[in-house]
Amino acid sequence: MTVRVENLVKRFGNAGGPAAVAEVSFEARPQAITTLLGPSGSGKSTLLRLIAGLETPDAGRVLIDGKDVSALSPQHRNVGFVFQSYALFKHMTVADNIAFGMKIRRLPKAQTKARVAELLELVQLPEYGARFPSQLSGGQRQRVALARALAIEPKVLLLDEPFGALDTQVRVELREWLVTLHERTGITTLLVTHDQEEALELSQHVVLLNQGRVAQAGSPHDLYDHPADEFVASFLGGANVMKSRVSDGEAKLGTKSVPAPSGARDGTPVQAFVRPHNIRVRRPDGEDPAELGKIERLTRVGGYVKVYVSLPSGESIVVLTSKTDLDALGVEPGDPVAVEVVDAKVFVQSYSI
Amino acid sequence: MSGIIGTRAASARRRDSQVGESVFVRMLLIVMALGFLGIFLVAPLVTVFASAFSQGLGPYWAALAQDETLDAIELTLLTAGISVPLNVVFGIAAAWLVTKYDFWGKSVLITVVDLPFSVSPVISGLIFVLLFGAHGWFGPWLSERDIKIIFAVPGIVMATTFVTFPLVARELIAVMHAQGNDEEEAALTLGAGGLSILLRITLPKVRWGLLYGVILCNARAMGEFGAVSVVSGHVRGLTNTLPLQVEILYNEYNFVGAFAVASLLASLALLTLLVKKIAEWSVSNRQAKRDALRSAEARPLAASAELEGVRP
Repeated sequence: MTVRVENLVKRFGNAGGPAAVAEVSFEARPQAITTLLGPSGSGKSTLLRLIAGLETPDAGRVLIDGKDVSALSPQHRNVGFVFQSYALFKHMTVADNIAFGMKIRRLPKAQTKARVAELLELVQLPEYGARFPSQLSGGQRQRVALARALAIEPKVLLLDEPFGALDTQVRVELREWLVTLHERTGITTLLVTHDQEEALELSQHVVLLNQGRVAQAGSPHDLYDHPADEFVASFLGGANVMKSRVSDGEAKLGTKSVPAPSGARDGTPVQAFVRPHNIRVRRPDGEDPAELGKIERLTRVGGYVKVYVSLPSGESIVVLTSKTDLDALGVEPGDPVAVEVVDAKVFVQSYSI
Repeated sequence: MSGIIGTRAASARRRDSQVGESVFVRMLLIVMALGFLGIFLVAPLVTVFASAFSQGLGPYWAALAQDETLDAIELTLLTAGISVPLNVVFGIAAAWLVTKYDFWGKSVLITVVDLPFSVSPVISGLIFVLLFGAHGWFGPWLSERDIKIIFAVPGIVMATTFVTFPLVARELIAVMHAQGNDEEEAALTLGAGGLSILLRITLPKVRWGLLYGVILCNARAMGEFGAVSVVSGHVRGLTNTLPLQVEILYNEYNFVGAFAVASLLASLALLTLLVKKIAEWSVSNRQAKRDALRSAEARPLAASAELEGVRP
C-alpha cells in the first residue's frame, strides 16, 4: 500500500504563526521502510500524526492506497501507530494489550487468542503474555507496542521515534530485528527519527525535513552523495565546511577544482562541504602544491582515526582515515601534513558572516 | 497514627547527621505537632463520641432511633445518592473536556469548576433561593405549576450538588492531566470509539483518582451544612439532613441526641479516611508486588501464575 501526502499544512496556535508542517508532499512506497528524518522541531512527528489522523491538517490531503483518508478519523484509518512512549495500556496484561484492537473489531475469541500467541512469538516474547507492561524492560515494551499495532493487520505501520528511549545496545539490536520483521511482514512502514544513522541503516527511502518542509527525498545513498542544499549536506554524515570563491566556473580547494553551482558568477563566495573521508592527508614533499596543515589531535575509533587538522586559513577540519593508513604515515600531533580534497559539494553561500 | 509519627521520628533520626538538629529541637517539634493534633483533631473527635455515649448505649440508640433522626438519615442518604452520581457524571465529562480538547474559554471553565469552593456555602444556598424561591427568577413560573424546589428535597439536592461539584472534577482533571493522552490515542488508532476508550482505557486508568474523588464528594455531600441550611427550611421529618438535625437537637439541649447523630457523621469521616487509606495501600502494594516480580526475571512462569492472583 502506498501512502501519499499532498501539500499538507499544519499550524499550531494562531493562524499567523509558523507552520509546523508547511506544504509537504511525498510518497512512501509500498512494502518499503520510509524514514522521516529531521532535527527536532522539523515537523516530522506532526507529519506522522497527520497521516494517522491524530492531528487535523489545515490544508492538503493524505492518501492511503490511493484513497483520500483526510476526512476519516484515526479509528477508521486502519494504521498501526507505535508511540515513542509505547503508550501500552498499563492496566492490561501484555496479551490483553495485543488483543485490544481485535476485541474492538469483535473477532472470534479463539481467533484472537491464536493471533495473540502468533504475535507474541513474532516479537519474541512468547512467555510474557500474562505480564503487565510495568514488568517489562524498555525494549520488551517496544516490541509489545509493535505487536499490538500489527494485530489489527494495518495497511501501514507508523513508528514515532521507536527507539528513542532505549540505550544504544538495545537500540542497535532492535533496529536489526525490525529490518528482519519488516522482511517477514512486508508492511509499508513510515518511521520518524532524528538519528541519521538509523535512517540510513533502516530505510530504502528517506524524506529529510527541515522547518516543516521537505529538504530532500530519495534513497539514503542519493541524499548522502548528492545533497540538494547546505542543510542536507551538513545534516547528513557531517561535513567539513571550507570557504572558496568561484573562478572560471570552478571552486578551488587546494589542488582540487570542483565544479561550481550553475549560474554562480566568478568571484562569488561559495561553501564547500567535504566529507571527512573525502580528504586525504600525507607527509608534505619539498615543494608540495597541496595545502599544508598541522595535526592538532588524533582520535582513534576502532579501526578508524579522526585526524583534526588546522589549516593556514584558520579553518579546522576533520579527516577520517583508516588506522593502517595512518600508521603507515607515522605522523603525530604537531606534525605538518599536506591536505588533499578528493571530492566536495559546493554551494553558493546563502548567508555572510 | 502512631505509625505515621513513628516513620517521621525515624526519618528525623536519619537526617540527624546532615542537618544536625539537637535532641531538644526535635523533641520540641514533636511535642508541638502532637499538641496541635491533639487539641484540634483528636480532642474534638473524642468529645463527640464521649458525649454521645455519656449516658450509655441505651440512650444513644434511643436518640438514633427517633423518627426524625431516621428521616434525616434517609434524606441524607438520598441526597448523597443523587448528587454523588450526578457529580461523577459531570466530573468525568468536565475532566474529559478539559484534558482532551483545546478550546476557547478552557481556562474560564477550569476556574468556574472551582467556583463552589471559593464561594461561602451560605451564598451557594442563597443563589438557589434567588433562582427558585417564591420571589426568585423562576419562582412564579414554578409556583404556577406547583413545583416546589426551595424548602423541599430538590433544593437540598441541588445545593448539595453545587457545593460538591468540584470534588470529582478537580481530582480527575489532575489525574488525567498527569497521565496524558497517549493511551487514548493508541486505542483510537486501534479502532476504538469514544465510549470504548472511556470505558476500557480512561476509567480504568483513573480509577483510584475517581474513587478518591467520589469518597471526598460523598463525605462532603453528607456533611454539608451551610448551603443546605439556607434552602432546607428545617421542616422536621421532611427537609432535615443529618447536620441540620445535629443543630436542632443541640439547640433543644438534647446533647446526647445531638452528639449521637454527630457521631454518625464523624464515623462516616473516619470510614472515608479508612477507605482512602486502603485504596492508597492497595495501589502501592500492587506496585511493590510488580517491582518484586520484575526483579524475579528468572521465573517467568511462577510470576505469571502469581499475577493471575492479584489481577484487578
